[in-house]
Amino acid sequence: MPDNYFTRYLPLLIYFVFAGALASAIVLLSWIVGQRRPTRAKMQPYECGILPTGDARERFSVKFYLVAMLFILFDVEAVFLYPWAILLRDLKMFGFWEMLVYIGIVLVGFFYVWKKGVLDWSTTRGESL
Amino acid sequence: MTLGTFIIVSVIKIVIALFVLLTGVAYTVWLERKLVGRIQNRWGPTRVGPFGLLQPLADGAKFLFKEDITPPHVYKPLYIAAPMIAMIFAVTSMAVIPIGDWVTVAGVHTPLQITDVNIGLLIILGITSIGVYGIALAGWASNSKYSLLGGLRATAQMISYEVALGLSLVGVLILSGTFSLRGIVDAQAGTWWGWLPKWNFFQGQFVAFFVYLMAAFAETNRVPFDLPEAETELVAGYHTEYSAMKFAMFFMAEYANMFTVACLASLLFLGGWHGPLFGPTWLQEILPVFWFALRVFAFIFLYIWIRGTLPRFRYDQLMKFGWKVLLPLAVANLVITGLVVALRA
Repeated sequence: MPDNYFTRYLPLLIYFVFAGALASAIVLLSWIVGQRRPTRAKMQPYECGILPTGDARERFSVKFYLVAMLFILFDVEAVFLYPWAILLRDLKMFGFWEMLVYIGIVLVGFFYVWKKGVLDWSTTRGESL
Repeated sequence: MTLGTFIIVSVIKIVIALFVLLTGVAYTVWLERKLVGRIQNRWGPTRVGPFGLLQPLADGAKFLFKEDITPPHVYKPLYIAAPMIAMIFAVTSMAVIPIGDWVTVAGVHTPLQITDVNIGLLIILGITSIGVYGIALAGWASNSKYSLLGGLRATAQMISYEVALGLSLVGVLILSGTFSLRGIVDAQAGTWWGWLPKWNFFQGQFVAFFVYLMAAFAETNRVPFDLPEAETELVAGYHTEYSAMKFAMFFMAEYANMFTVACLASLLFLGGWHGPLFGPTWLQEILPVFWFALRVFAFIFLYIWIRGTLPRFRYDQLMKFGWKVLLPLAVANLVITGLVVALRA
């Protein structure tokens, strides 16, 4: 294997290009080979045979946004934890206490969110936010 | 090794990997139909070839010749791009997964892995996260109510469980001290008292293993977390409006993701390709790959077994379980693992 650091990522790039070519080829082939007999009913959005009323560009529950925001927070936490986990053997107890403070602060936020009812999907409590 | 040989070897490995992966995906579908059939006391596919073994080929041909519908109400660029995104990123995460030790074939010494990068685990986590876009965009671009609901549910579910999944891996990282998947497997070599293997599972990461396992089921939208495509309420969820090969591509992505998480579970918790080696030299070179494949197969079998056994969660139960059970468990596991390792260091 060549010593250059970046050549190690070259196969990843090649693989990505191959996968992209494969996916495009499948879509294209299906488009070329497949038959085409469109009818009016076939071209409607599927709603179990009932005539569709309006399209799907409607409002949906704000909870999905809240979950997305929580995801960002906790995933960033996980990202901070990764390098710490790798280096913990060198950091020893000092590193452990430092990270415990950080996790503690995050957990305070987590329990606030919990008590506020953001994680409850069965009740309407969280919707008063 | 010169750059030219390196690229040629890489391309050969990539072609083999893609072929094996896609064949594996096709035959996992066969295995699933067969096993779920037996679990439900029926035969599963039997007509095409012996034991229905040619069924995947027949299904592939059928998907190809079906009508490729692009309804007028969809947002076309994203409608076409979504299955491609889902499939490309599901397949690409295989690029950094090692399936065995180094081998020498025709004078070329090379690892059984497409590329050995030192941040393999980060790359896999990153690439599988992008896979969520395929599903979210499919649900939105279809402009159909079932698709939108399925896509929203899938996105919320996958990002919720990704947090628990990511945190459950921290314990393993603390123990092995590296992001390289090869390094993590090497750290699990050997045994205690000659019989108990030093897998991370036995090194105290069993809580993390079960958190990972459940989060991985949710990440791949499998039973009991298959709410995004809950057919009794959402028809088919985010791929309701898809047909022909685009529909098949979502399934290929799902099964490829199953393979990724199965490989990752074997590498991170169950010692990767380590196992008893015996026999002549050629056998000793092949056996690690066999042990690894055996673990991955066991996981795929578990997936199908659970599919045939458990009912589906309700959505509020799903969110509650992910955030209120798995997340605190994963955090507790990483704090305790960190404390033990820091005290010993």
